Amino acid sequence: MEKQVLRFKVNGDEYEIFIHPKTLLVEAIRDHLGLTGTKRGCDTVSCGACTVMVNGFSVKSCSVLAIQCQGMEITTVEGLEKNGKLSPVQKAFLDNGAFQCGFCTPGMLISSTTFINELNGKVPSDMEIREGIEGNVCRCTGYNSIVRAIDAVAQGKYKEE
Amino acid sequence: MINDFHYLKPASVKEALAMYAEHDDCKIICGGQSLLIVLRQGMLAPEYLIDIKHLDELSYIKFDDKDGLRLGATTTHREIEKSDVVAKKYPALVAMEGKLASIQTRNWGTIGGNLAHADPAGDPGPVLIALKAEIKYGNSKGDKTVPLDEFFVDYFETKMEHGDLVLEVHVPAPEPKSGCAYQKFNLLDSDMGIVAAAASVALNADGTCKDARIVLGNAGPTPLRVTKAEDLLKGKKLDDKLFEEAGKIASEEAQPVADIHASEEHRRHVLGVLTKRMLKKAFEEAQKAA
Repeated sequence: MEKQVLRFKVNGDEYEIFIHPKTLLVEAIRDHLGLTGTKRGCDTVSCGACTVMVNGFSVKSCSVLAIQCQGMEITTVEGLEKNGKLSPVQKAFLDNGAFQCGFCTPGMLISSTTFINELNGKVPSDMEIREGIEGNVCRCTGYNSIVRAIDAVAQGKYKEE
Repeated sequence: MINDFHYLKPASVKEALAMYAEHDDCKIICGGQSLLIVLRQGMLAPEYLIDIKHLDELSYIKFDDKDGLRLGATTTHREIEKSDVVAKKYPALVAMEGKLASIQTRNWGTIGGNLAHADPAGDPGPVLIALKAEIKYGNSKGDKTVPLDEFFVDYFETKMEHGDLVLEVHVPAPEPKSGCAYQKFNLLDSDMGIVAAAASVALNADGTCKDARIVLGNAGPTPLRVTKAEDLLKGKKLDDKLFEEAGKIASEEAQPVADIHASEEHRRHVLGVLTKRMLKKAFEEAQKAA
């Protein structure tokens, strides 16, 4: 089948790649751009390890055709830090030890970031935070420290540098 | 591994319908949150895939006090969930969307795609049927509108034929003194329901039941209306005993299958309990409503 041109922006950089239309967004990001922070986990829209932002919304990149992202802006975990400085959510994850094996972390960071962005300054309840990361599975079950990290950012303890 | 396909990107609904009519071995993709899974499993291997995700002419939420709610087919679940007017007029719809899969899926998946996929475990079907919704679909020759409870034919099958595309879902304006409720039973919040029940109740001025709908999810090949239980309630002064009775009928009328998640017996039991609870909840909402 004929390859197609996909032009999109990833972490602020313009890319133009030639892909088969069946290429998934996670494959375009990992295999074509070499950005391997985004993980391929279950491949069935269940685990959330492949979560990236498309035009600011979190999606599971294992279940989005890359070609459908024509002209769109993608943010992966590599795009969260600004000028070599970690984002507030990343710093909070570090301080709260919100990792065990780390495989879910890229997806968790993206979901947490979109969750914080969508709050518009509102301070969420513990349950709302848990619902905010409902689409992300941590097989080490380290949820409490992740929730603490998100809570710390929502409380305004971390500022963008 | 997904089989190769030709990717088609129409510029309008009209062009999409023309493409669909032209190619025999062809599927529509919108959010693809259901389709990509079956493509990956090799259960479907179409030669052509028509992408309608970008067709904004089908992405809208319109509400009018007389006409009710109109949802364009490519409207995402998340847009419905976040809509103020839907939250105000159809809270059961927003509550359902909030529990549909995960945020990521709701951000990309669409209402039209969900209904076209016709998974009997899908969440929107039962609620929309309880709300007396109808669905508009069409092909290059014209379109038609059918009540949503007649749209689903079998497992993953609808009335639509080759070339037909879901265009719009229409939910009538809420009746006075009416309420609707939906709950699914699952172990993980972002899972599909092991079983689910939706109920709606509308009351007469004297407080008796004017109309009621009971729709079960994942309890048969399609969302299942329990008309026998609905008839039991109509015209009566509703109480817990009637809800219990309706739950029993729902449990008997259901056609659930057994699988790794639950036995048939367990599913029947839960369906009875959910029906009773949802009727009570819908009834209490109807009493409070203007």
